[in-house]
Amino acid sequence: MSGNIIEIRHLRKAFGDHVIFSDLSLTVKKGETVVIIGPSGCGKSTLLRCLNGLEPIQGGTIYLNGKPLEYGRKSLVKIRQKIGMVFQNYDLFPNMTVLQNILLSPVKVQKRNRREAKEEAEQLLEKVGLREKADAYPDALSGGQKQRTAIVRSLIMHPDILLLDEITAALDPEMVHEVLDVVMELSRNGTAMLIVTHEMAFAEAAADRVIFLDGGRILEEGEPQAFFHSPQTERARRFLSAFTYSES
Amino acid sequence: MDWSFMTEYAPLFAESARITVMIGGIGTLLALVTGLICAWIMYFRIPLLRQIAAVYTELSRNTPLIVQLFFLYFGLPKAGVVLSSELCGIIGLTFLGGSYMAESFYAALKTVSVSQIESAESLGLSRYQTMRYTVIPQAARAAVPPLCANVIFLLKETSVFSAVSLADLMFTAKDLIGMYYNTTEILIMLAAFYLLILLPVSVLFSLLERRMNRGRI
Ligand SMILES: Nc1ncnc2c1ncn2[C@@H]1O[C@H](COP(=O)(O)OP(=O)(O)OP(=O)(O)O)[C@@H](O)[C@H]1O
Ligand SMILES: [Mg+2]
Repeated sequence: MSGNIIEIRHLRKAFGDHVIFSDLSLTVKKGETVVIIGPSGCGKSTLLRCLNGLEPIQGGTIYLNGKPLEYGRKSLVKIRQKIGMVFQNYDLFPNMTVLQNILLSPVKVQKRNRREAKEEAEQLLEKVGLREKADAYPDALSGGQKQRTAIVRSLIMHPDILLLDEITAALDPEMVHEVLDVVMELSRNGTAMLIVTHEMAFAEAAADRVIFLDGGRILEEGEPQAFFHSPQTERARRFLSAFTYSES
Repeated sequence: MDWSFMTEYAPLFAESARITVMIGGIGTLLALVTGLICAWIMYFRIPLLRQIAAVYTELSRNTPLIVQLFFLYFGLPKAGVVLSSELCGIIGLTFLGGSYMAESFYAALKTVSVSQIESAESLGLSRYQTMRYTVIPQAARAAVPPLCANVIFLLKETSVFSAVSLADLMFTAKDLIGMYYNTTEILIMLAAFYLLILLPVSVLFSLLERRMNRGRI
């Protein structure tokens, strides 16, 4: 075992003629929190989607725990239990309560005992402060509560890694914090994560490593302090300066 | 108003109402099944079958029911296929209704967003489980109002069955008017019997709709 949860080697991804990545390599180690930042359209979401097989790839190999990903339906079902993903728009199932949303996958996919899964679900809900919302429908939740529920829905699968794609981007500012607190806690506890975010302060606090993606390539990669305070490339400097307001 | 006339012919109307309900009911039910099958084919873009479904829906939606019935009742015998009035009614209604049902079921399936489906898949759900636990329950909710409208529309369409000699309500009414000229009484009875059939259906459906809306909070 190399200790790499995810290893991407020479990934090539294109939509028709539109090449997003021609040769991208990246690893995430056990327990590591890696934050990806970069301008809109640079392929952050696409990268995460490739990792759990929502997008087919055109070249290269993705290794999960040292084993290359296969894209058959059966193997995808297995992979997706190992790779949790939370999207920007919560996407809870509106026809199910919070608890039903969370239990769907452990009970139907992993065939776990319902009672035991329910106990764990309740513990997890307690941890994210949603114990009393277990029987509520998503319609009755705030954006922040929905997103915390979505995180629990992924966590209960015991994934090897969590992929988070701008999970606070659709939230009102006062709800961003409650969601990021949950992610921060996971990061501290050594959950491997690959996070796409525009919350720079959070990225700096949570990341073990920051990756700056632009033009389909990793332009910069490093410790958060170094990256945020003394970026090496002009491109990253300009990108970061857009996040701090200064009168010109 | 000739009340004795009305009481005398009420049993006849009741008998024709039974035929309207029976043929209309069977036709509507088969239309529903046809609609489900076509919607499934359209949703999963099943090659070949999809093209057939497209041709069918265009044909069905763009010809009046009466023309479809004439084709079955007067046209087919020329090719050696003779169908009873009842069978013509059932086939005609199924043919017409199937496309309307297909369109509304397809639209209902499409209301479930791609991101809902991806969210289910990324939880490891198989394609079947994704349909069963997320797409179909949501689509079913969306399909109820158009389904109700279609059922009522089809039951009303049965009024052209008389054109192929089916002894339904309309047929009886026309017959009686031809014989007795009690137009007012007969038309009142006709309207009353259609209401008797359609009102309960309508009330039932609005109850169903209200229930579904309550279920969701
Ligand atoms: N299904 C698709 N078909 C064609 N092009 C696509 C598709 N999905 C994404 N793209 C293109 O791929 C590029 C990368 O998109 P992606 O969504 O990964 O960007 P991103 O970095 O996540 O951007 P943002 O910060 O706005 O979310 C974009 O140019 C986009 O137009
Ligand atoms: Mg994105």
